[in-house]
Formats: sequence, structure tokens, C-alpha cells
Amino acid sequence: MSLELLVASAIAVLVAAGLYLALRGRTFQLVLGLTLVSYAVNLFLFATGRLVVERPPLWAKGVTDHADPLPQALVLTAIVISFAMTALTVILSLRGFLEIGSDQVDGLAEPGEGA
Amino acid sequence: MALLILIGLPFAAVLLLMIARRAGRRVHMLIAGACSAAGLAVLLSQAEPSLSGRTPMIRIPWMPTAGVDISLWLDPLALLFAGLILGIGLLVIVYADGYLGKDEPTARFLSYLMLFQGAMLGIALSGNVVLMLIFWEMTSLASFLLIGFWRTRVEARRGARMALTITGGGGLALVGGLVLLAKVAGSYDLATILSRGGLVQASPLYPVILILILLGAFTKSAQIPFHAWLPRAMAAPTPVSAYLHSATMVKAGVFLLARLWPVLAGTDWWFLTVAPVGLATMIFGAGVALFRHDLKAILAYSTVSQLGLMVMLLGFGTGAAVAAALFHLLNHAAFKAALFMHAGIIEHETGTRDIRRLGRLATIMPLTATLGVLAAAAMAGVPPLGGFISKEMMLEASVRTGSLLVPALATIAATLSAAYALRYAVVLHIGRAPIGRVMGTAPHDPPARLLAPPAILATIALALGLAPMTLAGPLVEAATATATGGARLGLHLALWHGIGPALILSLSAVAAAILLLWRQEALAPLAARLPSFDARRLFDGAMTATVQGARRLSHLIHVASLQRSLAVLFLVALVLGGEAAGRFGFAAGPRATTPASPVAIMVWMLLVVATLAVVAVERHRYLALVFMGVIGLVMALAFLHLSAPDLALTQIAVEVVTILLMLLALHLLPGRPPRLSSLPRRVRDGAIAAAGGIGAGWLAWAVMTRPAREGIARFHWANSHALGGGANVVNVTLVDFRGFDTLGEISVLAIAGLTIFALLEPAAGGIAGRRLREWRSADRFSPDRHPMMFAVATRLLLPLALLVALHLFLRGHDQPGGGFVAALVVSIAILLQYLASGFDWTDARRRIGEHGLIGLGLAIALATGLGALAFGAPFLTSSVGHVHLPLIGAVELTSAMLFDLGVACVVLGSVTMALAQLAHVAQRAARPDGEDPR
Repeated sequence: MSLELLVASAIAVLVAAGLYLALRGRTFQLVLGLTLVSYAVNLFLFATGRLVVERPPLWAKGVTDHADPLPQALVLTAIVISFAMTALTVILSLRGFLEIGSDQVDGLAEPGEGA
Repeated sequence: MALLILIGLPFAAVLLLMIARRAGRRVHMLIAGACSAAGLAVLLSQAEPSLSGRTPMIRIPWMPTAGVDISLWLDPLALLFAGLILGIGLLVIVYADGYLGKDEPTARFLSYLMLFQGAMLGIALSGNVVLMLIFWEMTSLASFLLIGFWRTRVEARRGARMALTITGGGGLALVGGLVLLAKVAGSYDLATILSRGGLVQASPLYPVILILILLGAFTKSAQIPFHAWLPRAMAAPTPVSAYLHSATMVKAGVFLLARLWPVLAGTDWWFLTVAPVGLATMIFGAGVALFRHDLKAILAYSTVSQLGLMVMLLGFGTGAAVAAALFHLLNHAAFKAALFMHAGIIEHETGTRDIRRLGRLATIMPLTATLGVLAAAAMAGVPPLGGFISKEMMLEASVRTGSLLVPALATIAATLSAAYALRYAVVLHIGRAPIGRVMGTAPHDPPARLLAPPAILATIALALGLAPMTLAGPLVEAATATATGGARLGLHLALWHGIGPALILSLSAVAAAILLLWRQEALAPLAARLPSFDARRLFDGAMTATVQGARRLSHLIHVASLQRSLAVLFLVALVLGGEAAGRFGFAAGPRATTPASPVAIMVWMLLVVATLAVVAVERHRYLALVFMGVIGLVMALAFLHLSAPDLALTQIAVEVVTILLMLLALHLLPGRPPRLSSLPRRVRDGAIAAAGGIGAGWLAWAVMTRPAREGIARFHWANSHALGGGANVVNVTLVDFRGFDTLGEISVLAIAGLTIFALLEPAAGGIAGRRLREWRSADRFSPDRHPMMFAVATRLLLPLALLVALHLFLRGHDQPGGGFVAALVVSIAILLQYLASGFDWTDARRRIGEHGLIGLGLAIALATGLGALAFGAPFLTSSVGHVHLPLIGAVELTSAMLFDLGVACVVLGSVTMALAQLAHVAQRAARPDGEDPR
């Protein structure tokens, strides 16, 4: 078992679960699905810097062996942005639910049904 | 310079009118009138150089790389047109003063009118086709505003919309045509284009260019089959009809044809498209005008007909025909504007525009009648008026085409024109019909400001016949020379040209017209039975078809089901990914893998189990959230293990905030909803999901087993301390190397926060608010709102959390930490206060709101970046310095830290905005002040 295999399979599981949930008919599952997919995407972005164990990108004189800082910086902003996106989706679905009384996104919901 | 003043005056008037919109009517009239008069004076001062060949011009570079300049010129053609615009404009303003009712918003009316005047002058003076296009569109917009001036009337709105649709559509075609023309000619400069006629006509694109430009010109000048908008534009106030829809704007198409004559004319294509359209329009318009009863409708269709005449003449492609067209342009402007004003006076005085209800006006309104008869006679082409000369020139030109058909048809059109013109003159003023008495007072001649403008115009129409060479000769001759791009013709305008075919045709047309008029009433039922060409139905049909087509298309691609859209999206991604894999291969690379420790394997198993559990319990919402939390924690652990302490910190903080957010949202969502999708559906989705997962995992595997390419990481590593002044390369990257990216990112965050506010703020009212209140009253849980223990603990926690955040923030540049994490920690601490002590308690103790924080953060970040500019360095360049603080020791102070502070403020503001708003929405709905006013 290698770390690479673990990370790759974790990405696979997260994406599969995320896609499945995103295809459900209600907002909450959709949000869960998108969150799982964004975990997987963050992990993937991070993995493009290759996996390095316990050599954080903290500069010190003479050190040359270190993790790639660039994907980390990318993923850091990605984490915060995906939080903002999740929050927006949650609020959007909530407002939609409050307005039409249904949390379905399959186009079949009767207005007022879930109230 | 004079040209800039000339073009600037109308727009200055628009500005002044807007500033002085509360001032009285006199002031408005004075502004518009003074600006028009000043414009006319400037124009006249430039007339002499323009006519003598020293064309005034000015060129200011605008987009030099694209070859687009603000270039203006005043050649004789532009002079003729500009004179028309300003001269009639001034008269129309005077007339409008008498015409508009006491309560009409004169500032609005006149600012539209001046906007139009400026745009028209722009078309006339533009020396660059791009500039001309801009003004061209502006006239369509001004026309739209003016037709729809009486907003409350249905026909006004409908007419305005139709005019905008047709002329705007033509404008689009014109954009295409002129851009192609400029491409072929190799320049946007009009003078250059005009000198390259041979090049353009030899190009295979010439027919396309011609058709597109003609579409623009024909729609503007209301040629068949685009004429329908012009009669409907009569819903506008009459001064507008006189100005835009007879004298000036509709002639923009004619002007364009004359302007581009040297490049486009002279070919078979030109003759066979332009001349027949003009001829057909001329006959059609005249025929319809003869049988209309509304005065303005008669005049509108006669305008259509006369525009057709000018277009036809330009289509003939000879210099003499162009001269006839341009001379008629002047004549028509004079008599048609006079006639519209005349019709306006009659409506004003009698309250009707129906010719069947009007008659014997000569006895009641002698002055009005005189000028009306004069102008109508000019329209009929009766000597000694200017209209007679231009009609004879027209017939002469049609005889010269060599065909028999053209003069025959032209004579028919001239007959019809003379008939409707004489009908207007005779029936209205001498006819026996009873006088329409709709208004209470007896009709009489109007005051001078209504009477003088049409009187002046009628006089001009007469003078153009009596002394054509003195008044218009040099101007028309010079304008013709510029329009044809050739030498001066030696034009001779006169009433008497000797007996020739044209004179015979002209006189027989008038004679036939008298006959026709005599039998007009007998012919009317016959005319009504002719198969009518209903352009209105054509237009409505086209509009309905367009709307339905668009609707069908959007129904096709936009289904109500998000699931279906997402499924399509995922499948497309799978297909594209599979295709790429097929082409490039996904085989694992040669890079050595890292062995995994038993702990790592256990953590991995935890992740897999938690993820599967989320799927399994998806409908048990709280349970699913617990497992989501587990996944987030595993992610943080993974980051920590894989040398990314910053990510681990951020992930944990974000995880907490996300779970809190979802908990708050769940509180308002239905608890455990029934399953929606059927088993086959779930199997299908499972298959898509599995394929996507395997693809993504495989891709990640393929990437990780290949050696990393030497990227820009080395630069970041090497310069982080030396240039950025920090050892934490991730943080330095964020706030320094890639500071611009981060600025963009916090802007997105700020927008998200504000959007959330905008979404939830109004949720307390309306249906949403009612629903919220219902739930709240049904809320059975937790009678004790704010448990003492919880409240005290979180209050104690707050300073500690703030201290931790400060610590994380200050060390961020060298150690894991930084603005993002620090802000998240603070927001969690603040949110706990909201949860434990209630919204009101916390809110009352807050000094700065989320909006302020977001704005402040963005301002700090921007100011830091701009600060660098002040020192001559590029945007967001950082500088480093060391400060010794008592107790804490040496602190590296960099401008990047200030930037990080901005980041922290935005993050804090946005996150607390989202959570506090969500926590608060239900409470607010319950409060009386959250009541829906309905």
C-alpha cells in the first residue's frame, strides 16, 4: 500500500459519492454532494504537487527538500472559496425553500408541498 | 475646434436640461433654442470654407491601434445635412413651445430632442465609420424615446417598440456591413474608404457589404418592406413627427447612400437593388396615402413615398440623379416639416385629424390655410414651387435611364403624389365637409410661435422654386460633387427648362392627379379591395415566430430538473475525459511511491467508511452531517501528514464553520423527507457516479506516479525569505507573490457574503416570512433558549479565541497560520456567542457590522496594493521591515501583513455575515417589525 494509492482511491470514493448525492432530487443532498466533490478536487489539486511526508514548505537556510508550496497556496484559497460557495448554495436553497415551500430540484415539485 | 463645439452643443444642452429639469418651461426652451441657434451660427461660419473646398476637419486619436479616431469633417454633403438638422431643429423647438400642453415635462422632451439632434449631427459629421455607427444607433434610441414620449398611451409604446426593433435590426446589419467594408478597404477612415471604390467593388465580399449596408439604410429610411414602423411612429408628438420622421432622421438612410455613393454605386448590383426598392416604395406610399383619412397618416405614407423617390434617384447612379435627390431632400424637408406642423395646428384647433370631418378651413384659419396650401402645392409639384423643379429633375433622370418602364412608373407615382397632395390642400381648406367641433372654442389661427415655424418653412419651399440657384444651387452642386466623388456638374436649377419629355410628364401627372382626385371617392372602395400588403401583420408574425423560437430553444436546453442538467453535465465530462484517455493513455508513471504507515491506512479506512455512510444515510440529515464532519477531519489529518500544516489548520476551521452553517440551515429545512427517486434511477446515477469516481481517481493516480515538472516552485522557495520577508512560503505566496489572485479571491468572498445578506434580508417578509413564523410557533425543542453554562463558557472562550487568532495571524508569515485561519477562528468564537447568548445580546455588543468589515478589508487590501504605486513600484509590491515590540520581541512587519489584515477582515465579515444572517432569519421573522406590511 502506498500513500499515492490511498489518496487516489480516496479521491475516487469522494467523487463517486459526491456525484451520486448531487444527482439526488433535494437541495440538501445536492449541497452534501458538492461539498464531497470539492473535498476531492482540493485533494487532487494538492496531489498535483506530489505527496511529501513531513517536510512542510517552511523556509530555512540550506533546506532544499520540501513540499511544493504552490499547490498548497492554491488549495488554501480553494478551501475558503468552496466554503463561500457552499454557504451561498445553502442559503440559496433555503431561500428557495422558504419561497416555494419545496426543497426539490427535480422540476417535479408542487409549490407549497413541503410546507 | 468649431466642429467639436458644433457637435458638443446639443449634448451640452442635454446636460443643462437635466440639471435644470425643475426649472420652468421658459428656461428649458431657452436652453434648447440657444444651443440650436448657436450650433446653426457655428455651422454657417464654417459654410464658406466647406463650399470652397477647404473642408474643415479635426481628428483626435481614440483607439489608434484599431484605427479608430474621433474624426469629424464638414464637407458640402455634411454641411447640407447638418444645416437641415439644425435649421429645422430650431424651428421645431419654437413650434414645440406652442404645441406642448402646460403640464408636459418639457425638460424630458427637449433633452430627448437635443440628444437626437446631437446624434444626427454626429452621423453627418463623422469621418470615421465606427463613430458614425455609434451616432447611428443613438438616433434609433432617441427616436424610440421620442415616439414613446407619451408613455401612458398604448400606441405610443407599441410604435416605439416597432421602430426600435426595425431600425435597430437594420443598425445591426449596418454594423456588419460597415465593418466588412472597412476590412476590405483597409481603413475605418471614411475619406480613405471613399477613395477605394475600385478595391471594394472588385472584392468578392462586395454584394454582402452592399446588402448589409442597404438593410441599414432601408430600415432607417422606411423602404418597403421595412416601412411599417414609420406610420406607427406618428404616435409621437407632432413636433417629433415633423423633425425626426419627415425632415431628418428618416433621411439618414438617404444620407448614408449618398455618403457611400463613391464606394458602392455604379454597379449593376447597386442599380438593381436600390432603384427598384425606391421605385416600389414611391408608388406604394403614394397609393396608400391617397386613401388614408388621418392627416398624419397621409403625411406619413407620403413621407415613405418621397423617401422612395430619393432612394430611387440615388439608385440610378448618375450625377444628375444624385443632384435631383439632394435638391429634393431640401425641398421635402421644407414642405413636409411645414405640413406636419400644419396638421398639428389643425388638430390643436379643431381636436381632430380626420380629413372627412374637416373642411372650409380657408375661411376660418386663413393664415394656416395659406401656408398649408403652399406646402401641399410644393408636395404636389406645382410651379412655381421648389417641389416642381425637383420633380421635373426626377422625371428627367428617369427618362435618362433609357428604359421605358422606369419613367412610366415614375409618372404614375408622381400622379399619385400630386393627387394626395392636392387632396390635402383642397379637401381640407375648401372642401364642403362640416367643421369638426370637438373642442369647445371655435377654431382660429394659432399664436405666432405655432404659426411662424411652418410659415418660414413654406416660404422656403416657395423660395426654393423662385430662386433655386441663389438659395441652394452652390450647396447642392458642391454636395453632389462630394457625394459622387467627381467634379462639379455645372448644375442649373430653374423652373423653366424648355419643353422636354420631363416637363410633359410632370404636367400630365398634375392633370391626371386632378382627374383622379375628382373621382377619389368613387375609387376608394376599389382601392380597399386591392390585396393589401399588411406590413403590420408581417412584423407581428416575425416577432411572434422569434419569441416562440427562442422559447422553444430555451425549453429544449433548459429543463426544470437540475438533476437532468447535472446528469448531462457529468456524462459530457465523462465522455470528454474518456476520449482524452483514449488518445493519450492513462498508464501509471515510473515515479517511486511513498509507503503508507498503518495509521495512514486506518485513517483512509475511516474516510471511506464515513463517505459511504454519508451516502447511506443521506436522508437522515443530522446523521449525514456528523459523517461529513468526520470526512473533513480526515482531510485535515491528511494535509497535516502530507506536509501542509497551513491547509490542515484552514481545513479544520472551515470544517467547523461549514458544519455550523449546515446545522443552522437544517433547522429550517424539513426533517426527514421521503425518498424521491426510483431504484432504476438510483442504479443509473450510481453507474455515472462510479464511472466519474474511477476516472478521477485514476487521473490522480496517473499524475502522482509521474515525476513533478520543475515549475515555478523553486522561485517561490528561493525568494520567499529574501524578497517576501517570510519563511512560510505558502503564506508569502498568498499575500505577496500571488497577492493579486488573493485580492480577486477575497473580492469573490465579499460578493458571496453580500449576496447571502441580500438573499436572507428580505426573507422575513412575504410568503417566506409567513412560513418561518409558522415553523417557529411549532418549535417544541429547548424551552431554555440560552443555557447558562453554555453562555458563560463561550464568553470565557472569546478572549482566548481572540488571542489564539492574533497569535496565528502574527506568526502567519513565518509559521503555519495567517489571515485566513485567524479570521476563521475569530468567526467561530463570535458565532458561539450568537448561539449561546442569542442574537440580540451579541448584536448589541458589536461595534462594527459585517458590511463594514467586508468593506474595510477590501479597502485595506486595495490601499496596500496602491501604496506600492505611490513608491513607484508595481501594484501590490511588498516591502519588509523589522519592529521591536516590548514583551513580544522582534516582529517582522511587512506591508504584506497589512494586506493579510485586509484578507482577515473580509473573511471574518463574510463568514459571520453568512452564519449570523442564517441564525437570525427565523427570529427576525417572528418579530413584529418583521411583519409583512401586506
